[in-house]
Amino acid sequence: MFIKRPSDIRSSEITDKKLYLNRRQFIQAAGATAAAAAGLGSAMLEAATPAPHGRKLENISKSPLSTTEKPNPWDHITTYNNYYEFGIDKDLPSQYARNLKTDNWTVTVDGECNKKASWHVEDILKGEILEERIYRHRCVEGWSMVIPWVGIPLANFIKRCEPTSKAKYIQFTTAYEPKQMPGVRSNVLRWPYVEGLRMDEAMHPLTVLVVGLYDEVLPNQNGAPIRVVMPWKYGFKHAKSIVQIKFTEKQPLNSWQDQAPSEYGFYANVNPQVDHPRWSQATERRIGEFLRRKTLMFNGYQDQVQSLYAGMDLRKNY
Amino acid sequence: MTLRAVRVLKVFVFVAALGPVAWLVWAALTGHLSPNPLSDVTNETGVWTLRFICITLAITPLRRLTGWNSLIRFRRMTGLFAFFYGSLHFLTYAIADRFAGLDFPDGIVALSTVRNLARSVGEDIYKRPFITIGFTAWLTMVPLALTSTAGMIRRLGGRRWNQLHRLVYATGILGVIHYWWLVKADISRPRIYALVVALLLGFRAYRYLDERRGHRKPAVARPPESKQIQPVR
Repeated sequence: MFIKRPSDIRSSEITDKKLYLNRRQFIQAAGATAAAAAGLGSAMLEAATPAPHGRKLENISKSPLSTTEKPNPWDHITTYNNYYEFGIDKDLPSQYARNLKTDNWTVTVDGECNKKASWHVEDILKGEILEERIYRHRCVEGWSMVIPWVGIPLANFIKRCEPTSKAKYIQFTTAYEPKQMPGVRSNVLRWPYVEGLRMDEAMHPLTVLVVGLYDEVLPNQNGAPIRVVMPWKYGFKHAKSIVQIKFTEKQPLNSWQDQAPSEYGFYANVNPQVDHPRWSQATERRIGEFLRRKTLMFNGYQDQVQSLYAGMDLRKNY
Repeated sequence: MTLRAVRVLKVFVFVAALGPVAWLVWAALTGHLSPNPLSDVTNETGVWTLRFICITLAITPLRRLTGWNSLIRFRRMTGLFAFFYGSLHFLTYAIADRFAGLDFPDGIVALSTVRNLARSVGEDIYKRPFITIGFTAWLTMVPLALTSTAGMIRRLGGRRWNQLHRLVYATGILGVIHYWWLVKADISRPRIYALVVALLLGFRAYRYLDERRGHRKPAVARPPESKQIQPVR
């Protein structure tokens, strides 16, 4: 079989770093000037800056698992983010995430598996075919987008780690860099952010390790350099900027469940029939639209995933 | 302060108080809000309601502490602006959250739309506690806005008017609970308003206890100066 390989060149080797950083500073300065020129107080809503465009990813194949719905534009996806490590307002990640250093990033694989190791992101991608996955994305807060992710099936990577029979769950630990992440000064969540999946959920073909957006390297505010996406679950399950993957026998305690167990569970499957204790999940606002849409069971991926939860009480396992 | 100076200042305060809504309209029209502008408008109008409630609640303590009694002449205006922003907040919610989520079986312009919207708002107020609280907070402002005229002060009599307008304490407390309850996790902002409201109400509680010990005389509202010469029946 012929396997297309992604480029082995690291992003740091392409553009001279000084030039790259200068460019960022320039964009920052330009943004600040524009904001100042616009004047008038509420800098809060003023300061969102779409991510600068990054390196193009090569040899991306389309996937039959993609939706045919129209993706939200780059500016929506890179200025409206929940990434609390960079602050609790949705525009803050677009301002602060650029400080995150993603060069030479490693993901440590640990726990119930044979191949415990530290992996460079480049090595995780080596030999894999990058796929575009245009997915619906539903936030637990009641809004949604359509996002053209680029990544590889998580299952492919899991197989290379050779989990043992004891591995029932997979736990993702995400970056905790107090110097680069101003949001972690707040104790709104217990850091580092942790998420987890049951093994069969993690192995599901819809679950992807994402490294790109719109055929480009993933912007920092979207969880660069590597994150996970499973489109039938609420967005907070999609661990960003992953630094550790651990195979465990026991169900991991994910951060939001830890913070408010009565409101956020382990499964967090999109379900219009199970309301959040404080608000309804029956409808959602697609970003860019006025009228709200009916939220679909498992975010519209019911046919693919419902067998995972056969016989389970989804009201209890929210 | 002369009456003339107060008049001029009132114009300034009035224009300044329209600033937030003017900014929102401008930002919405020129694309300076986030990709979810309806959520921004809902949040901003809500926060400005709370701010105006705090400003209004701060006037009496400030007067007592600074002796700058002319401040009282601005209280009706700031109070009415709290009601104004509160009404905008409720309206935004009704449109962006409720109306936008309706089915339109007979098209959008239909009697069933009105009926369904009323039912949807009613059900939501009944079902979701933080909406119940928020709506109640808005309701407490309605009688205050209606009785805000000099004529109403005269008709009710200063003492009764004063008693009625203590409802604004409830508005402040309910407003803070509403805000606290709706945030997902980070309570740092609602906490600020909780502290401010607690401080402003605490000041009153302290004065009240002092009065009961007979150290002070309670204040009674009077109609604005210009009308004062008219005989009180």
